[in-house]
Amino acid sequence: MGSTHGSTKKKPYLKLLVAGVVSVALYVLLLTQQGVVNDYFSRGGLYAFLPIIAAFVFSFVHGSFTGNFWTVLGVEAAKKHREVK
Amino acid sequence: MHDIVSQAANFINLDSANLIYLFLVGFVGGLVSGFIGSGGAFVLTPGMMSLGVPALVAVASNMCHKFPKALVGSLKRAKYGQVDVKLGIVLGISAEAGVLYGASIQESIKKSFGDAGSNLYVSVAFVIILAVVGGFVLADAWKTYKSGNKNDEVENTTKLAKWVQSINIPGTMVYFKALNARVSVLFTIPLGFATGMLAATIAVGGFIGVPSMIYVLGAPSLMASATELVIAFVMGLGGSFKYAMHGLVDIRLAMIILAGSLFGIQLGAIGTTYVKPFMIKVVMGLIMVIVLFSRGIMVPVYLSQLGLIHTLSATTVKMLKSTSFAIMAFALLLGAFIVLRAMWQGRKADQATETETVLATSR
Repeated sequence: MGSTHGSTKKKPYLKLLVAGVVSVALYVLLLTQQGVVNDYFSRGGLYAFLPIIAAFVFSFVHGSFTGNFWTVLGVEAAKKHREVK
Repeated sequence: MHDIVSQAANFINLDSANLIYLFLVGFVGGLVSGFIGSGGAFVLTPGMMSLGVPALVAVASNMCHKFPKALVGSLKRAKYGQVDVKLGIVLGISAEAGVLYGASIQESIKKSFGDAGSNLYVSVAFVIILAVVGGFVLADAWKTYKSGNKNDEVENTTKLAKWVQSINIPGTMVYFKALNARVSVLFTIPLGFATGMLAATIAVGGFIGVPSMIYVLGAPSLMASATELVIAFVMGLGGSFKYAMHGLVDIRLAMIILAGSLFGIQLGAIGTTYVKPFMIKVVMGLIMVIVLFSRGIMVPVYLSQLGLIHTLSATTVKMLKSTSFAIMAFALLLGAFIVLRAMWQGRKADQATETETVLATSR
C-alpha cells in the first residue's frame, strides 16, 4: 500500500480518468432520467433483466474506477500477498 | 399483487442529503463486507426504510447492490489467491434454495401472525443465532489472542472439520482448494442451505456461511471470508432477479449505495492482505455480538404488539427503535474502524520490514 510499492510501477492515471468519466456519465444519466428509468426498470416480468444488466455495467465501470482510485492514491495490497493454502 | 404494484410505484424522491447518506452507508457497509465477506445489509435495509422506502423495495434494492458489490470484491480477493470459486458456487447454489425456503417461511408467518409476528421471528432468529455463532467466533478469537498465537498465519483446523474431511461417501466427494481436502457435498449442502435461510431471514447469510466454512469445513478465515463473497454474488443475483420480476428494485437506490460500497469493498479487500487471519474473527464476532443486542431490545416491542406482554407506550417504542438502530450503526462503524486500524498498523509494519530489507541489501 505504501508509496514505496507504487513508486516502482506506473500509476494507472489514464484508466482512472476514463473509468471515472464513464462512471460519472452513467450516474448523471441515471439521476437525470430517473423518471424514464423507474418506469421501465420497475415494470417486472422480462424487464427484470434491465436492473440486472445495469448492475453489471455499473459494477464493471465503477469497480474499475474505484480500484484504480485506491491504486493511484498508493493504497495497494501488502507486497507479499498472504496467499492462503 | 396490488400491494406489490403500489409499493413499486412508491419510489422515493432523492435529494442530495439522501444521496450522500446512502453513499456513506454504502461505503462503510462495503468496507466491512470486503473484509469479512458480508455485513452492511443489516444497516442498509433499515437505513433505506428510515428514508421512507417501503420494506420490500428496501430489501430488493439492497440485494441488487449486493451482488455487483460481491462480484467486484471477490474478483479483487481472487487476485490475492483467497477465493475458492468452486466452494463458493457449490455453497451458493444450495444457499439459493435456502433463500427460497426461508422466504416462504417468512411469508407464512406473516400471513398467520402479521408484521409483528414476522418481526418477532426475525429478531428471535437474530438473537439466538448471533448469540451462539457470534459468541463462539469471539471466544475463539479471544482464545487465539490469549494463547499468543495471534500473529500465526496458519490456523488450527477444528476437530469437527477434521472429522468432516475424514468422512468418505462415494459419489459425493468433491475436492476444494480452500480446504485442501475432499469433502462430501452432503455436508456442504445443508451449510449452504442454512446460509441462504439466514440471508432470507436477517439479510446477512455470511454470519452462518463464514463460520461454517471455518469451523465445520476447515477453511482458513481469509479464504472463508473471501469465498463468502462468491456465495453472496450467487444468492444476490438470483434474489435480485426474483424481486425485479415484480418490479420492486429501485435501481437508483441500489446504484447509489453501490457507488459508495465499491470504494469500501476495494479498501476492505486490500485490508485483508495486511492483517493476520485472527482479525477476521475479531471483526466478525464483535459485529455479531453487538448486533444481537440491537435486535434483542426490539423483542419487547413485538411481544407487546402481539399482545403477549402489556402494551408499551409510544415513547418507549420510539426510544427502543432508535436505540436499536443506533447500536446497529455502531456495530458497523466499529467494524470499519477496526479494519482501517488493522490495515494502518499492517501497512506500517510492512513498510518497516521493507526499509530493513533495503538497508540490509545496501550494506
